[in-house]
Amino acid sequence: MTNLTATVADPAASDAPVIAYPTPLLRIDGVTKKFGAHSAVDDLSLDIKAGEFFALLGPSGCGKTTLLRMLAGFEAPDTGKIELNGEDIAAVLPHQRPVNMMFQNYALFPHLNVRDNIGFGLKSAGLTRLGIDTRVAEMVALVKLQGLEKRRPDQLSGGQKQRVALARALARHPQLLLLDEPLAALDKKLREETQVELMALQRQLGTTFVIVTHDQEEAMTMADRIGVMNDGRLQQVATPRQLYEAPASRWVAEFVGDINIIEGGITHRDSHRLTIAGRDVGTLFAIEPRQPVGDAVICVAIRPEKIRLSRRGPATDLVNSGAMNSLEGVISDVGYLGGRSLYKVKLDRGATLRVALANTARLDVDAYSMGERVAAWFAPDDCVVLVQ
Amino acid sequence: MAVHPLRLSRFNVTSLVLGLAFLYLPIVILVIYSFNASRLVTVWGGWSTRWYTEFFNDRAMLDAAWMSLRVGVVSATLATLLGTLAAIALTRGTGFRGRMLMSGMLYAPLVMPEVITGLSLLLLFVALDAGRGFVTVTIAHTTLTMCFVAVVVQSRLAGIDRSLEEAAMDLGRDPLRAFIAVTLPLIWPAIAAGWMLAFTLSLDDLVIASFTTGPGSATLPIRIYSEVRLGVKPEINAICTLIVGFIAVVIVLASLVSKLSSARGESAAPL
Repeated sequence: MTNLTATVADPAASDAPVIAYPTPLLRIDGVTKKFGAHSAVDDLSLDIKAGEFFALLGPSGCGKTTLLRMLAGFEAPDTGKIELNGEDIAAVLPHQRPVNMMFQNYALFPHLNVRDNIGFGLKSAGLTRLGIDTRVAEMVALVKLQGLEKRRPDQLSGGQKQRVALARALARHPQLLLLDEPLAALDKKLREETQVELMALQRQLGTTFVIVTHDQEEAMTMADRIGVMNDGRLQQVATPRQLYEAPASRWVAEFVGDINIIEGGITHRDSHRLTIAGRDVGTLFAIEPRQPVGDAVICVAIRPEKIRLSRRGPATDLVNSGAMNSLEGVISDVGYLGGRSLYKVKLDRGATLRVALANTARLDVDAYSMGERVAAWFAPDDCVVLVQ
Repeated sequence: MAVHPLRLSRFNVTSLVLGLAFLYLPIVILVIYSFNASRLVTVWGGWSTRWYTEFFNDRAMLDAAWMSLRVGVVSATLATLLGTLAAIALTRGTGFRGRMLMSGMLYAPLVMPEVITGLSLLLLFVALDAGRGFVTVTIAHTTLTMCFVAVVVQSRLAGIDRSLEEAAMDLGRDPLRAFIAVTLPLIWPAIAAGWMLAFTLSLDDLVIASFTTGPGSATLPIRIYSEVRLGVKPEINAICTLIVGFIAVVIVLASLVSKLSSARGESAAPL
């Protein structure tokens, strides 16, 4: 606790896996795509490295699917360049790109059986019958669909269809596999299993995956890096951990996971430590972010699970020295979620904090009840200071 | 598939019997009277097949039937080709101006009185100084039936997910090959149905054909109509029975083919 003030404001950066990718496989450079007056993708630049599992995350209508369709070649960018291995592919038609796509609704050919669906792209490539059969058998084994080769798509379950679509897209050895909401149609249990399988498959094959999803847990679980999109622009590109622990903006902080946002102004700066007058909260201590903030109105963001509760507050000297933030209030709402409980604490100064506590014991010894007086406390380096 | 079998009440049975009788009793009577030995259409004179032999010896009637068959096959094929292309353009081409207008105009011939279509075509052919006969009737029937084909194919195309063709392109087929490999097999039943509809309409048409045909190239309906004006001969019953039989066989065959191809567990594409 003594060297708290000396710690870097970006705790996630040090934990991020450092993977050395050789070259960017895909370079998106200043790409804009307009539909009428509306910019679906707005001056977007992004590098994706070979072998990476990259997720495009964003609310519906943010332009992530349009971007994916531009990578597949179904839409042409109005301006900007898309380079694959250093070659501009903006003008290359879909059937000539070494890129394959797994469609959201799978788009399996209903009149063809599993074997012919998987072999479809191999036939286009002019493979011999023997070559097709060999590769199809490999793919069938890879996605564990043995025995279903003769079935037609309407005789398959949702999970099996998903596997066929994946095998079909991978059969041509694409340099880049695009996945458009690949798991959206599966139920929760199957989705979680499939996430793990997809990750294992990606590692095994080494193919670069770009996945589009609106499900942040899915993106967090699977991706090496996540690009968060809103209004056609990338808000932040980071590892899942950086994204969660060091969001670049208030929008990203609020979009990814649950978070408490406290608005306020800086009243004092002392080496790297900020003293902040939070609205309806009182005095808060936080660490100055890497990019220094001005004296403008700022906000302090704190994740619910970073806050601890206790019936008595932390030691007074901790609070007085600014090593710990402590806020007093009353429990105003309790939500029991099994593994954890969500509490709402109505602070004496007026604001409400959401606090998540793990239910570590079966008996409710550490549970708080409605109306109980508590102290909510958290360390300054658990706070993220963001410009408004 | 697990629909509860409908329990038939007395009311259901009665309405079913009455409905079927309303539809098929006239045809049944026609078929029975085609085997009538008597020369008088309304008087039963015992069983005979003499009117069938009479028909097969009636040169003019056979020529008319042959003419109808040729017009039907050629115009249905042309109409299917043009109608399918129109349906594709109207379903897929969302970008071009006047698409709504075009789409509406396609439906107009469906509701246009045949007399008007026939008369306007006659005026056109006269203006072009085209000799009326097989060619003009075929063109006229193509214009009449093309919109029916387009409507049938369009409704099928609209139900096909666009991403199927995109998937085919993504898997290395150029747009034309993607269409042939994926979309065509899926709209094939509609195209076949459109062809049959066009063929039947052409076979059945009297009004437009009588406007656009010339001397020496009467179609079967025109021939029958002109015979009937002089009094119904039992031979006409025989011809009509043959036509009914022919159409019934075609329909049974068509439904058998589609049943078989969907029952087979294999891929149904020849490509």
